[in-house]
Amino acid sequence: MAVVTRDSEPGAAAGASRPAAASRLLASMAGLDWLAKIWWAFLSISLFAGLWELCWAMGWADEKLLPPPHIFLSNIAEQGRYFNTATRWQVGQSMTEGPSAFESVLITGAATTGRVFAGLVIASVLAIAVGVLVRYYRFFDRLVLPTITLLSPVSPIAWLPVAIFLFGIGNAPAIFMVVVALFFHMVLATINQIDTVNTNLINVARTMGASKAQIYGRVIVPAILPGMLQVLRMNLFGAWMVVLVAESTGVGYGMGQVIMLARNTFNPSLVFFTIAVIGVLGFTFDWLLRLAQRRILYWLPDTAERLRVL
Amino acid sequence: MSSEDAPHFSSRDAVVCRGVGKTWAAGTKRAHEALTDIDLDIKPGEFVVFLGPSGCGKSTLLYLIAGLEDATKGRVWSFGDLVETPSPQRSLIFQETSLFPWLTVWENVSFGLSIRGAGKEERRTVAAEALQRVGLKAAMDKRPDELSGGMRQRVAVARALAMRPKVLLMDEPFAALDVQTRARMQDFLLDVWRDSGASVLFVTHHIDEAVALADRVVVFTSRPGRIKTIVPIDMPRPRNLFSREAENLRIKLTDLLRDEVDRAFAEQEAFAVPA
Repeated sequence: MAVVTRDSEPGAAAGASRPAAASRLLASMAGLDWLAKIWWAFLSISLFAGLWELCWAMGWADEKLLPPPHIFLSNIAEQGRYFNTATRWQVGQSMTEGPSAFESVLITGAATTGRVFAGLVIASVLAIAVGVLVRYYRFFDRLVLPTITLLSPVSPIAWLPVAIFLFGIGNAPAIFMVVVALFFHMVLATINQIDTVNTNLINVARTMGASKAQIYGRVIVPAILPGMLQVLRMNLFGAWMVVLVAESTGVGYGMGQVIMLARNTFNPSLVFFTIAVIGVLGFTFDWLLRLAQRRILYWLPDTAERLRVL
Repeated sequence: MSSEDAPHFSSRDAVVCRGVGKTWAAGTKRAHEALTDIDLDIKPGEFVVFLGPSGCGKSTLLYLIAGLEDATKGRVWSFGDLVETPSPQRSLIFQETSLFPWLTVWENVSFGLSIRGAGKEERRTVAAEALQRVGLKAAMDKRPDELSGGMRQRVAVARALAMRPKVLLMDEPFAALDVQTRARMQDFLLDVWRDSGASVLFVTHHIDEAVALADRVVVFTSRPGRIKTIVPIDMPRPRNLFSREAENLRIKLTDLLRDEVDRAFAEQEAFAVPA
């Protein structure tokens, strides 16, 4: 069996790992991988848009109901004005005042993204904490788990009135909705992750004299991280769905409000434009999360290519 | 411990089992007896192999000695102390890799020290020394997934050695390795064992492995596991595994095991065909 030899000093190698990671990133940027990815993403979206345009050209899709991309994107400036819901409810302000159309889209998008992010962070911190406590303390398990399981299947829609009762109008009810939609599932997912940690890893720590707290902190939490980040990613999309529902009723402005406005004013172009913006935002958010995942989970091999050989 | 229920044994014995039995899921419908009536004495520095058919409870006994599971009957002592919890004195090495994938090789090896709150310098020194003993010092800063299966098991051995254990418990540690690597690992283990002076309890179902390694081979019956017989091997080391003596031993152990394997098969068939 070959013994791995390394000519540099071990200490120096450990110190050099961070710049090495940076240079690896640069190397992958220098390759045309990312360009190919963008090209495929472009192609994928073009195909979808193209089919839609075809339906319009053939007269199957009524442009008053299903306006194709070239129509709903052509009057971005005009549609963007409707995003100016930031001040819509302020008495005495007309549609022509306030931020420009482009600024409005940015403000609205940022507000919604912020709510998703805040909700996701709060929900995951709470859920992981509760999940770990459930497994750590048996009495906590018995005391809390039945209620969590009971509330888990409740639709976020049912929480909407509660959000408004409790928090009125503003950011708080939207964030609350995101948290409440994710929290219960994430607790159950955390518990499931803890239960599937390799027993050998736990037993190794036990034979080395690790205390219960050390086993949780040093073995179980790092061992569940990969699974938890996966859970987080799945729930990211859930958060995006819920935040729209929350915004459509409980908040002064946001993507959900724009959708409601479009519905009430029978403006399909605005609906599809908003959907496009949400898609782009969600896609970007997911991409950032995957980047973070790769950084945090440096020890996991890339398994995406595993099935390519079939 | 109190002297009243103390059995007759020397407190210098590395491991003493008296009337040890284990029933899994005791008191439920799924209860089944894995081990029964185990009496065993293991001397300091002795190399003992547990040999038996799959599912005969030999691994269970190892877990009981490690203190990871509680015996349902009987007691286990180690150097005069009743075994109630796991201890760094009795290190366990598993069949599949049990290295922490998020730690580097040296961090894995010094994990036990970090549990005790040792500083980084000390941990690195101890890890380097332990890795030196398994010939993997150069791989200190690698991560486990960068190593081959044999190397990973050597790191696991180094991690156990870093705790300076008096008893090394090994649960089919080389079962997942290819034949050539396994033979090398056996030689390596014998070197490590001689250096460390620890007792080794080694679980396997490979007769060749038992002949290559053991001072004594404990042969188990199939479920529930009992000690069928103990075969001492006084061949000098390094052993010639192609000698007549080794061949005779293999034949003897094969005969001893055959009945048990037949019985285990018969049981499984009876289980598979509903009455």
